[in-house]
Amino acid sequence: MSTSKYETVIGLEVHVELHTKSKIFCGCSTEFGAPPNSHTCPVCLGHPGVLPVLNRQAVDYAMKAAMALNCEIGDVCKFDRKNYFYPDSPKAYQISQYDQPIGQNGYIDIEVDGYTKRIGITRLHLEEDAGKLTHVDGGYASLVDFNRVGTPLVEIVSEPEISSPEEAKAYLEKLRAIMQYCDVSDVKMEEGSMRCDANVSLRPHGQKEFGTRAELKNMNSFRGVQRGLEYEQYRQAEILDEGGEVIQETRRWDDAQGKTFSMRGKEEAHDYRYFPDPDLVRLYIDEDWKARIRSTIPELPDARKARYTKEYGLPDYDAGVITSSKPLADLFEDSLKHTSDAKSVSNWMMGELLGYLNSNGLELAEVKLTGQGLGEMINLIDKGTISSKIAKTVFKEMLQSGKLPQQIVEEQGLVQISDEGAIMAIVQEVVAANPASVQDYQAGKEKAIGFLVGQVMKQSKGKANPGLVNKLLVEVLKK
Amino acid sequence: MTLFDLRLQELHNQLNKKELSVTDLVGEAFAKIKEHDERVGAYLTLNEEGARAEAARLDNKLGSDEAKGLLFGLPVGIKDNMVTEGLRTTCASQFLSNYNPIYDATVVTKLKQAEAVTIGKLNMDEFAMGGSNENSSFHPVRNPWDLSRVPGGSSGGSAAAVAAGEAYFTLGSDTGGSIRQPASYCGVVGLKPTYGLVSRYGLVAFASSLDQIGPITKNVEDAAYVLQAIAGHDAKDSTSTNVDIPDYVSALSGDISGLKIAVPKEYLDGVDPQVKASILEALRVLEGLGAEWEEVSLPHTEYAVAAYYLLASSEASSNLSRFDGVRYGVRAEQGGNLLDLYLDSRSQGFGPEVKRRIMLGTYALSSGYYDAYYLKAQKVRTLIKQDFDQTFEKYDVIIGPTAPTTAFQLGSQVDDPLTMYLNDILTIPVSLAGVPALSVPCGFAEGMPVGLQIIGKAFDESTILRVAHAYEAHTDHHKQRPSL
Repeated sequence: MSTSKYETVIGLEVHVELHTKSKIFCGCSTEFGAPPNSHTCPVCLGHPGVLPVLNRQAVDYAMKAAMALNCEIGDVCKFDRKNYFYPDSPKAYQISQYDQPIGQNGYIDIEVDGYTKRIGITRLHLEEDAGKLTHVDGGYASLVDFNRVGTPLVEIVSEPEISSPEEAKAYLEKLRAIMQYCDVSDVKMEEGSMRCDANVSLRPHGQKEFGTRAELKNMNSFRGVQRGLEYEQYRQAEILDEGGEVIQETRRWDDAQGKTFSMRGKEEAHDYRYFPDPDLVRLYIDEDWKARIRSTIPELPDARKARYTKEYGLPDYDAGVITSSKPLADLFEDSLKHTSDAKSVSNWMMGELLGYLNSNGLELAEVKLTGQGLGEMINLIDKGTISSKIAKTVFKEMLQSGKLPQQIVEEQGLVQISDEGAIMAIVQEVVAANPASVQDYQAGKEKAIGFLVGQVMKQSKGKANPGLVNKLLVEVLKK
Repeated sequence: MTLFDLRLQELHNQLNKKELSVTDLVGEAFAKIKEHDERVGAYLTLNEEGARAEAARLDNKLGSDEAKGLLFGLPVGIKDNMVTEGLRTTCASQFLSNYNPIYDATVVTKLKQAEAVTIGKLNMDEFAMGGSNENSSFHPVRNPWDLSRVPGGSSGGSAAAVAAGEAYFTLGSDTGGSIRQPASYCGVVGLKPTYGLVSRYGLVAFASSLDQIGPITKNVEDAAYVLQAIAGHDAKDSTSTNVDIPDYVSALSGDISGLKIAVPKEYLDGVDPQVKASILEALRVLEGLGAEWEEVSLPHTEYAVAAYYLLASSEASSNLSRFDGVRYGVRAEQGGNLLDLYLDSRSQGFGPEVKRRIMLGTYALSSGYYDAYYLKAQKVRTLIKQDFDQTFEKYDVIIGPTAPTTAFQLGSQVDDPLTMYLNDILTIPVSLAGVPALSVPCGFAEGMPVGLQIIGKAFDESTILRVAHAYEAHTDHHKQRPSL
């Protein structure tokens, strides 16, 4: 059994919560983590007689997102009702957009294994989120929290142009970065402010028609999406290899078991009976409005990456990593307000910073490092005030306390000793105390000097300028 | 002659001179309710304690110089599909028999600001679906002119309460004729404003693109006062239009000379001969006042009822989905899973007419049928609107009967929904066009009232009020009272 016989076709539907202050159709707060049902009112609870009033900020954000994804913005949009019964949906319909969405025909470029690919975006539409159900008593009861009901969402639908789980992951990461740069969402998959469903099918290489697709739900992390798609690819290939037929159905990814399970078949698919919501008027978007939103779109990841490689000479890979997250790229730029050594800033971020964040499972926002701190620290190294080794200590301290490097160096007495006389005194002490190593060196074992350097550094508590130590040791030993 | 036969202005004069108190007015309403309502059945919930306390508060204010609301002290009954905070609101459905709203509809807030006194909540066809009030899931309303006949619907309680003197005025809602037709059957004035003039916030939605709230009163001038109090843009209703609200009362000049009236031939074909005779007589009265009338054609009239039942039912099927027994209303005894909860609650909660329309609307919106039904009906709606637009290029108002017949016997049409739907044939096109219309009493046929429907241009309520007022001033049909 092998997947290589088949071409994988993936289309993604991504929901992104817009971080407006209030909900899309009422004045309730969208704050995350409040006590259940504390951010509700008759409107979002769907009481009899209530009417929705569209939050203009949500439209602005949706337009901004659509523009950043290179979509065409409709001149006229409308809202439609998607009808279905479920206890998390108080009106038993969701206000969404059916045939006149905010944005259509966009694209983003992704990079995987060194090649760049353009993925089309079919549409971006605005809709309201549902509430949250918690099942208790071993499934005998369910509790519903309507705080999330009415949080504005955009649904971004890709063309079926994604060909592998890796591409899917790259697409999601790029999408997240763009949303982050536009500052329209927190885009945290783990908190649910970014959610992804996938349509997956396989077809023999060269075949034009799509194979039968399965819709995958419940993939709650980037890794989950990749694993879910890999599993599904494998599952469908196995069926096809055995001469079977893939069934059109909705499947749920189970992260713990690492498998997908059938949720419902095609026959059980909902007929949502979309129709225009008569409670809302058509939305006319004129050129002024579009221009106003367009002017708020910042430099996006691709443009920044190109600038970093061109202006600062960063390697493609480094520039890609740094611009993949807006906070990271902002830190890079903040640092450059305090130092001109872009390459060092990049190296410290790629090495020490990301290493620290990854090994501790932290987000950049959770550490106290500032651009000023990083920039000034690099200046201290370049001036010889601290050694690179000492800088690692300073850097860790900055991550934890947010203090500026000068202060850390002074408080902890970490200034590098570059006084030849002071170092010479230690060198002579070390030479006198280690005759065996001196003999080895003088007998031609040049490596023995390493031990002696180490001893000098140790005695100076790491503060001796390593270059000077080396130079003076050689002088003394060659006498 | 009772207190409620006085015009609003006369009542206010007497209140200001302290010849009368609000307590007297409220007392009058409850006395009539006690006297008649067991037979009429107009009310579903009374607010006696609240109303008497409010009357006492307003009476204290009577002695002071404080500004008084436009409807100061007037006892009002509110159709039971407008939510009233803390006062049970059922839409005449068993499903909501335990529902106490947590907010006030915008019209209710406006009535409070105008200092009207809420007497209670009025019976109706369940969720405003029906034209006879027999679809109330509590008890039917009877016509005060003949208790064996229906009061019309769906605002049957609102019309009957005014006719029986059980409220000084009432609010009704009109989706396809639900204010005008019962006003016609009960011999009172009923006004359906332009779609978008009165806020729908807090009106339990039947068909959102058609529903409008309006007054039911004993005379045209009072209708103008009530409209003044409830009209106007509401930020909570995106479909409410931001237009300047004119002074409706000052528009009642009595002068209609030169008025151009269109009388659609489709509105006279096939109506009861006595009804037709009353309308022609009314047109002669208007001619006598200097108006001119001509017969015109509104060619798409015959498709209106079909289009209406598709559109209104489609919207209703979605609007009524929220009644699922989960958060409010009556939840069925639970035997099984979530689907059972929905099925049982909705099967037990809704009456047959509501179910019929939910089924019809669900079907019309279903995949594969949408274009043939819902979309086609929308196109018909556009054509009907064009009929009105074209007619209003040449004419000031359109006049015809409000209903093809007078009130029919209770039970005579219950088994025949299609005949029942045709009672609205003359009011539905107006609703689809979104324009304003009122029904004013214009005579009697075998002792039952006949209503004259005066239809105006969008947001030109002033003209239809002026015409109705001028007509009323030269006739005394509106002064007739049923003997209960």
